[in-house]
Amino acid sequence: MNKVVASADAAVADIAAGATIMLGGFGLCGIPENLIAALVRRRITGLHTISNNMGVDGFGMGLMLEAGMIASHIGSYVGENRRLEQMVLKGELKLTLVPQGTLAERVRAGGAGIPAFYVPTGLGTIVAEGKETREIAGRTYLLETALHADVALVKAWKGDRLGNLIYRKTSRNFNPVMATAAKMTIAEVEELVEPGQLDPDEIVTPGIYVKRILVGESYRKPIESRFIKEQMAGGAA
Amino acid sequence: MNGKERIARRIAREVKDGFYVNLGIGLPTMIASYLPAGLDVVFQSENGMLGVGPPPGEAEADPDLINAGKQPVTELPGCSYFGSDESFAMIRGGHMDMSVLGAMQVDEGGNLANWMIPGKMVKGMGGAMDLVAGARRVIVAMEHQTKEGESRILKRCTLPLTGTNVVHDIVTELGWIKVTPEGLVLSEIAEGISPAEVQARTEATLAISSNLVTMGAI
Repeated sequence: MNKVVASADAAVADIAAGATIMLGGFGLCGIPENLIAALVRRRITGLHTISNNMGVDGFGMGLMLEAGMIASHIGSYVGENRRLEQMVLKGELKLTLVPQGTLAERVRAGGAGIPAFYVPTGLGTIVAEGKETREIAGRTYLLETALHADVALVKAWKGDRLGNLIYRKTSRNFNPVMATAAKMTIAEVEELVEPGQLDPDEIVTPGIYVKRILVGESYRKPIESRFIKEQMAGGAA
Repeated sequence: MNGKERIARRIAREVKDGFYVNLGIGLPTMIASYLPAGLDVVFQSENGMLGVGPPPGEAEADPDLINAGKQPVTELPGCSYFGSDESFAMIRGGHMDMSVLGAMQVDEGGNLANWMIPGKMVKGMGGAMDLVAGARRVIVAMEHQTKEGESRILKRCTLPLTGTNVVHDIVTELGWIKVTPEGLVLSEIAEGISPAEVQARTEATLAISSNLVTMGAI
């Protein structure tokens, strides 16, 4: 078994216009930079994206937005994209905001064969509008449904040709759960290793979920917010 | 000491040894800097980390190691990483002892609004709705009034809600206000200010605790 593909371009070559695509990452941390760049080179349109954020103007999914590739988006926070507002107001893009934990769990349910589940999150808010509610043991819950995708694009630290993946620090975020919820999961990694080189006890995404794997050519990894020690007001107590 | 610092210092005293705590973006993040020495407290960041340490120096910033505000942080010994689904399972599942969030409005019913202003850009709720639905104790940390001098503590929130009947305490530079089934109770007050002044700057009705004390700081 060898799931390795030669390049990000080859990995995304058969993604169809109008596809539903999950993209891992939190802000710009742990996003599949190379796969996004390859998608943007293809300029396929009408995509339905599911991702916690939408990159920033000029990087990550912001590039897909600027290229007019996205028809609809499901996410929890899109505050870094000035362009998005105009597109939503003009009706060029349908935006659905979902609480972050509900988003993660809807994706998990999608990968785990659970069609719907109850959560307390969002009760009494606009998130609850139109949703079925049910009282269980004295508390009211909302019914939330699973999310699936045609394609999931995820970023891992290391992987092998069987598709086993491990992640580095907080770049894990939505990547492992999204890897489970698509018909075709494509993983880009910083380092490809031989099967057996990853400690089986430490594998986070077992290879069964991954259809294609490639080594990312280069990583920019911008830091969105440069709040560092030297800038701390007040200093530590 | 400015108002924000006073708020952060006071809430830091409320964090107990052994607590697991999620701090929201902005003012709440400052609380970690003022914890009394010797406490074992684990800070969670909802992007998938327990054991969040202080910000690094410029040279040590690692783009793979950020908090929910997308700022570089550091590891403390015993920290752990996990995916977003597990992160919110521990939040929704009631495992966080305390969640401290900022707010645009809070009201007498413990309702919170902190994510959307209709007519302006909708940025999204992020993890705020999950945090207020799941944490055992929800503390709102905010400046008492808007920059325009309007009260943020209202009889009834006018902005779209983040959660209903979810706030336990409201801490501002003017005092500590408890949310009770009978309404809002001023239990601590900043030095040099009278209860009547706090009420004058608050649209909601405040009951004054019979044990009203001066809001201390460390």
